[in-house]
Amino acid sequence: MPEPTTLARTRPTTAWRLLLRNRIAVVGLVFVALWTLGALVVPLSPYGAAETGAGPLLSPPGADHLFGTDNFGRDILTRVLAGGRVSLWTGLLAVGISLVIGVPLGGLAGFLGGRFGNVVMRVMDVLLAFPPLVLAMAIAASLGAGMTSAMVAVGIVGIPEFARIMYSQTVSLRERDFVDAGHAIGLPRMTIFARHVVPNAFAPILVRATLGMGYAILTAASLSFIGLGAQPPLAEWGVMISDGRGYIISGEWWMTTFPGIAIATSILGFNLLGDGLRDVLDPRLRTSR
Amino acid sequence: MPYIARRIAAMIPALLGVIVCIFLITRVLPGDPARTFAGEQAAPSVVEQVRREMGLDRPIWEQFFRYVGDLLRGDLGFSWHTGRTVVEEFATRLPATIELSLAALVLALLIGVPIGIISATRRDRPIDHVSRVLSLVGASMPLFWLGLMVIYLFYGQLGWQPAPLGRIDSGLNPPTSITGLYVVDSLLTGDLAALRSSLAHLIWPAMVLATGSTAIIARMTRSAMLEVIDQDYIRTARSKGLPPLTVIGKHALKNAAPVTMTVVGLQFGQLLGGAVITETIFTWPGLGSYVTDAVLATDYAPVQAFTLLAAVVYLVVNLLVDLFNGVLDPRTTHA
Repeated sequence: MPEPTTLARTRPTTAWRLLLRNRIAVVGLVFVALWTLGALVVPLSPYGAAETGAGPLLSPPGADHLFGTDNFGRDILTRVLAGGRVSLWTGLLAVGISLVIGVPLGGLAGFLGGRFGNVVMRVMDVLLAFPPLVLAMAIAASLGAGMTSAMVAVGIVGIPEFARIMYSQTVSLRERDFVDAGHAIGLPRMTIFARHVVPNAFAPILVRATLGMGYAILTAASLSFIGLGAQPPLAEWGVMISDGRGYIISGEWWMTTFPGIAIATSILGFNLLGDGLRDVLDPRLRTSR
Repeated sequence: MPYIARRIAAMIPALLGVIVCIFLITRVLPGDPARTFAGEQAAPSVVEQVRREMGLDRPIWEQFFRYVGDLLRGDLGFSWHTGRTVVEEFATRLPATIELSLAALVLALLIGVPIGIISATRRDRPIDHVSRVLSLVGASMPLFWLGLMVIYLFYGQLGWQPAPLGRIDSGLNPPTSITGLYVVDSLLTGDLAALRSSLAHLIWPAMVLATGSTAIIARMTRSAMLEVIDQDYIRTARSKGLPPLTVIGKHALKNAAPVTMTVVGLQFGQLLGGAVITETIFTWPGLGSYVTDAVLATDYAPVQAFTLLAAVVYLVVNLLVDLFNGVLDPRTTHA
């Protein structure tokens, strides 16, 4: 019998209700929902995200343009919402890359153990020695500047975290009775791994993936800001802040402020949601009491 | 083997792994350095020639040994957008980055540790909630935006901050170089004008760079303090009638310190990543701003060299942290 190690595995509705009772998680959920909604309503805007001359150049926030316009007369609100679409996709795909590679690697390393497990985890340790942003820069630079490069770079940088979590989960799950039971009834090792071990490690991976979204959005935007990610004129938060950099001292604060708030609140949203999920799914994992 | 020797020996395979990683990133990922170097519009024959000159037509293992050989001779490559070797560039810019990172680390400790302690000792009171929310917000702050907002507010609007250009007012001579850190050098030489100016230039980028680390240090200090604060020896110390500050400072903090130190070590890598962004925004003449300039000029040797340096610094700093923790708590050396 698989032991119910997490609420998520056995009673998803209970977990959901607990999540909604967690104030921190709800605040996070609201931020995330807001940006998701924003990304969906972009087509409803009277302006195009790339439309130059949608208004006068550099007009401050006002009735026609709630967030003002930039140096090409583009509507900043539309561009911020469209940037959310880019950032959310980038985050999802980058976390997807880390997940799809990191989870099986770490899981198999923990489940099979031995020399294979050792080698895999040593390689992950090496990757963790690089500051994430610096490693992402090196990878994106090698791939050539562009949004896809940034996404792949962020994805690769995230692999060791997932591998490490999955590894420690599997090492403890491996000793459980239900794994022994699987062996006893003659299930193939890979079946035990895929059907019984992986699902039981679901909770910490979900928490890490949520926190990872925030980190991925931040790193991808940083790469774009430096010039290694999205390229102008694409409406992307890092690019927009980079565009607005030259207008800071002359006082056109709105070009940088709104995309900046967008990055900060979306990251905060995923961080809060991740923290809340951790509290709900597995109280033992809580870092702060 | 003594603990120190064991720890240093354990670093060698990690170092080798780091070198292999950087090599793989440059040579095996689908990007083409020869094409990048020659430019998108270059004729195929030109790209071929560049490839030969860069040695990229040689077998992969031969390229690897050549790379390791170069590293052993202290050759980090040539930075063609400045026309100097990467080692020369790094040597002139390293002190600026060290000064900024150290200042940020000191700020993060000076602010983060007390916040963590106050939070833990006043657990679940309003001040605890405020500091926890602040540390969450701090950890979510994009540095490049925060930096620009600081410049907008404190330079552009309030005029408190000197122009975010360089490490010292352009009208002043830098202090005589002893350590390369302007603040320390001007203190040592007693040059008060230089000291005031270099401090004014340093404090703003250092605060921006420190934000994320302050938040994380506060958070980890809080939870480390909470771990020890309920233990029997703390109750004993209290019931002996020791003043609360002595109990917290001498008994609790000493036992929470290894956790904080470990976080500081891990934060060092983050600081180097953040330095890239912060230096770019404040035009701080360190490694980070140089590396972003290099990126924009598609000059990638400095990027790889910086990546290597960052990983080496990380490994060394964490070794030092482990040794320090070993002194503080000898039990950790028997693991």
